[in-house]
Amino acid sequence: MADHNPFPGENNTGHIWDSDLRELQNPPPRWWMIGFWTSILWVVGYTILYPSWPVGEEATPGILGWTQIEEYERGVAQIEARRAEFESRIGALGVEEILADPGLTQYTLASAKVLFGDNCAACHGSGGQGNPGYPVLADDDWLYGGSTAKLTETITQGRKGNMVAHQDILSAEEVDTLARWTVEMSQGEPGSEAGWQLFSTKGCSGCHGPTANGVLAELPGGEVITVGAADLTDRIWRFEPGGYESARHTILYGVNQSGVEQTREAVMPAFGPTARVEDVEIRRLDPQEIKKLVVYVHLLGGGL
Amino acid sequence: MSSRDRATEVEGLYAEAAQWHVNAGGETIHAKRLSGRWRTFKWLTASVWLVFFLGPYLRWDGRQAVLFDIPNRQYHLFGATVLPQDFWMLSLLLLFFAILLAVVTAVVGRAWCGYFCFQTVWTDVFTWIEERLEGPPAARRRLDQAPFATRLRARLPKHLLWLVIGWFTGFSFVAWFVDAPTLWRTFFTGEAGVAAYVTVALFTAGTYVLAGFLREQTCFWLCPYARIQGVMLDPTTLVPAYDTGRGEPRGRLRRGGEAAAGQGDCIDCNQCVAVCPTGVDIRQGQQEGCITCALCIDACDQVMDKVGKARGLIRYASLDELEGRPTRPLVLRPRVWLYGGILTLALAGIVYGLASLAALDLKVLHERAPLFVRLSDGSIQNRYTLKLLNKTPEPLAVEIRVSGPPGLEVSGLERPIQAAAGVVTPALVFVRVPESALAAEQQPVVFHAEARRGDGQRLDTARESVFIAPAP
Ligand code: SF4
Ligand code: SF4
Repeated sequence: MADHNPFPGENNTGHIWDSDLRELQNPPPRWWMIGFWTSILWVVGYTILYPSWPVGEEATPGILGWTQIEEYERGVAQIEARRAEFESRIGALGVEEILADPGLTQYTLASAKVLFGDNCAACHGSGGQGNPGYPVLADDDWLYGGSTAKLTETITQGRKGNMVAHQDILSAEEVDTLARWTVEMSQGEPGSEAGWQLFSTKGCSGCHGPTANGVLAELPGGEVITVGAADLTDRIWRFEPGGYESARHTILYGVNQSGVEQTREAVMPAFGPTARVEDVEIRRLDPQEIKKLVVYVHLLGGGL
Repeated sequence: MSSRDRATEVEGLYAEAAQWHVNAGGETIHAKRLSGRWRTFKWLTASVWLVFFLGPYLRWDGRQAVLFDIPNRQYHLFGATVLPQDFWMLSLLLLFFAILLAVVTAVVGRAWCGYFCFQTVWTDVFTWIEERLEGPPAARRRLDQAPFATRLRARLPKHLLWLVIGWFTGFSFVAWFVDAPTLWRTFFTGEAGVAAYVTVALFTAGTYVLAGFLREQTCFWLCPYARIQGVMLDPTTLVPAYDTGRGEPRGRLRRGGEAAAGQGDCIDCNQCVAVCPTGVDIRQGQQEGCITCALCIDACDQVMDKVGKARGLIRYASLDELEGRPTRPLVLRPRVWLYGGILTLALAGIVYGLASLAALDLKVLHERAPLFVRLSDGSIQNRYTLKLLNKTPEPLAVEIRVSGPPGLEVSGLERPIQAAAGVVTPALVFVRVPESALAAEQQPVVFHAEARRGDGQRLDTARESVFIAPAP
C-alpha cells in the first residue's frame, strides 16, 4: 500500500478513502504505553499471587495462600481477643461488682443488648417497656423481687404465676366489692372496710401478703419472700389495661388455671442452661449470658 | 459545493491538524529561565510551601502545634483539639477552599496552577536544579542526544538530589501525622510505623516521577483541576494574554533593528515560547496548556525593553479588554459577589466552630423505648444516656446537676462521672418526676456538667433535653 501512497511523508496508515480521507497514525505517548504495560504486568503478578482463575469449581489458589474466609476469621479472632479480657472479668465477678465498675457495665450493656433482643424483647419489648400481658421490666414493680439475685433466679428458672379462679368461690357481689377495693387501693386510697374484710378472710392475703403489697415476709437485708402475687397497693396493673374490669376478670378466672377458659396466662419460660422444654433438655443461655442480662435488666430502670 | 471546493476544505482541516501541537511528552521541554518581576513573585508564592516543610517543628503547650493524630483520632491545632465529632468543620473548610479556587480562577485565571500548585512548584525547583547542574536548555538538549553512559554520569547527581527532595517531601508529610522529633529518631532505626515508611516511599517515588519526568504532562492529561478551572474562565477573567491588535502582523526586525512598515510590535523572537514551562505559544491565545504562570510576560517585557517599545505586549488582560469591549470592575460582577458570599459563610462557620470548641462536651440521648415508665408510686421515670466528651489530655471527674420540673429526683449521678481523657464516656441517668408535677406531656430538663482541671480551670457545659410523661 505504502508504494502508492499519494501523501508521502505523512504519518497516515495507508488507509485512504475517496482519494483524500485518510487515517492518521498518532501513537499514544510513551508514558501512556509504559502505564499500559505496567498494568498488564500487574495483572499477571496479581493472578500468580492471589486466587484468580476459575478452574472447575474452584479458582487457582495463588501462591500467597490468601483466602477471604481466613481474613474474616483473623478479624473475628482479633475482636474475640479484645473481648476476652472483659469476658473473663465478667466471669470472675458477681453482678453487683460488675455494676460497681462503670467501664465493665458499659461493655456488659453493649453485649447484653443483643441477648436481650434475641431472648427477651419478643415479650417484654425492645426497651423492657412490656406488652399487654407481659410485665414492664423498666419499672420498679417486681412480682418476684427485683434484686439481682432474684433476677438471676427468674431468668434461669422461669416463672409461672398461679391464682385461683374465684368464679365458683365468691358471689358476684363479693367479686364486685373486691374489684372496687382493688381500684381504690391502686389509687393510694385506704380501701373499703368490706374489701379488706373479704381480702383477709377469703384467702387473698395468703398470696398478696397481709398488707396487700405482694410481700409475704421481709428478710433482713432487703430481700422479700413472694409467690409472685401482684402488689395491689401500687399504681401498676399486672394485667392491662387495669381498672375495675381487669381486676374483676382476674378475680373471676384466676391466673394459669387449667380448665378455666378465660384464665390469665402468665408464664415466663426458663432460660437456664439446663432448661427442659417438654422433657427435652435444650441449651439456652449459659450463666455468663444470664449474668449480663441481669445487669442489663437491672439497668432498664427498675433496679434503681 | 464543487468537489474542488470540498477538497480545499478538507485540506484546510489537515493543514489545521498539522498546526495542532499536541504535547504528549514525547519531547522534554527545556524551558529557558529568565529573571523578572513575575519570576520573583513566583518564588515568593512558592515559598508558601516552606510551611509544609517547617510546620511540623512548631511546638505549642509542650506538643506539636499542628498534629493530625490519626490513631488517637485527635487533631491538634495549636491550643484547640478537634475530635471526629467536630468534623462538620472539615466540610466547611473544604467548601471554603473549593470556592476560593473558583473565585480566584474566575478573577485572575489559574493562579493556583501558576503560582501555588505543588506540581508547578516542585517542577520549578527540579528544573532549577537541572539548570544549576547541567547548564542552560541548549546544553541539556545536547545532553539528551548523548550516549547513555555520558548521560548517566552527567545526570546522576541531579537524580540523586531529586530523590532526596522527594524523600524529604514524604518525610515532611508524615511529620504532620506523628510527633516530628520522634519521627526523626525512629525513622532511621527502623522503629517508625509501617505506614510511615510506605508513605515516604510513595511520596519519594511520586515526587520523583511527577516533578522529574511527567511535569507539564500532569497538567495536560492527569490533573482534573486543569479542566475544572478551564471552565471557570470567562471573557472578564484576567489572564496572561498576548495583545494581538498590538503585536500583529508580527515579523522579524531587519538588520539595524528597524521594523518593516505596517509591522506589529511582536518581533517574532519566540522568547515567550522558550520560557514557557508547558511549551505553549501564548500568541495563539488562552489555551488548556497555559497554567498562567506569567513567565512569558517577563520574557516579552525584556524583549520590549531591548527594542525600545512599551512593555505589556504580553500582559495580564481580559479577553474583553483585548477585544475592546468595556470591562466591568470586580465589584460589579455578580459572580464575585456570589462566590464571596459563600466564602464568608463557610469562614464564619469555621470561626464559630473553632470559637465554640469546648473542652467538655455533653450530649444527652433520651431513651425512646419506652419514652417513659410509670413507677409504683405513680411518678414517671425517664431514662437518659449521657455522653461526656472530655477533650482535655487529663481524666476529669465531672459533676452533673439536673434541673427541671419541681420535685425531680435523679439516680445514676450520685458519684461524679470519671471521664477519661480524649474519649466519650457514657453514663446512664434516670430522672423521676412525681405525679403532682407532671404539668405537660413534654417538659424541659437541663443537664449541667461541671469539672475542674488539674490546673484549677473550671469547665462547664449544659445540654437541654426533654422529660416525657403521659398526657395529663
Ligand atoms: S494544571 Fe493541575 S497540576 Fe498543573 S499547575 Fe494547574 S493544578 Fe497544578
Ligand atoms: S503561556 Fe505564558 S503564562 Fe502560560 S504557561 Fe506559558 S509562560 Fe506561563
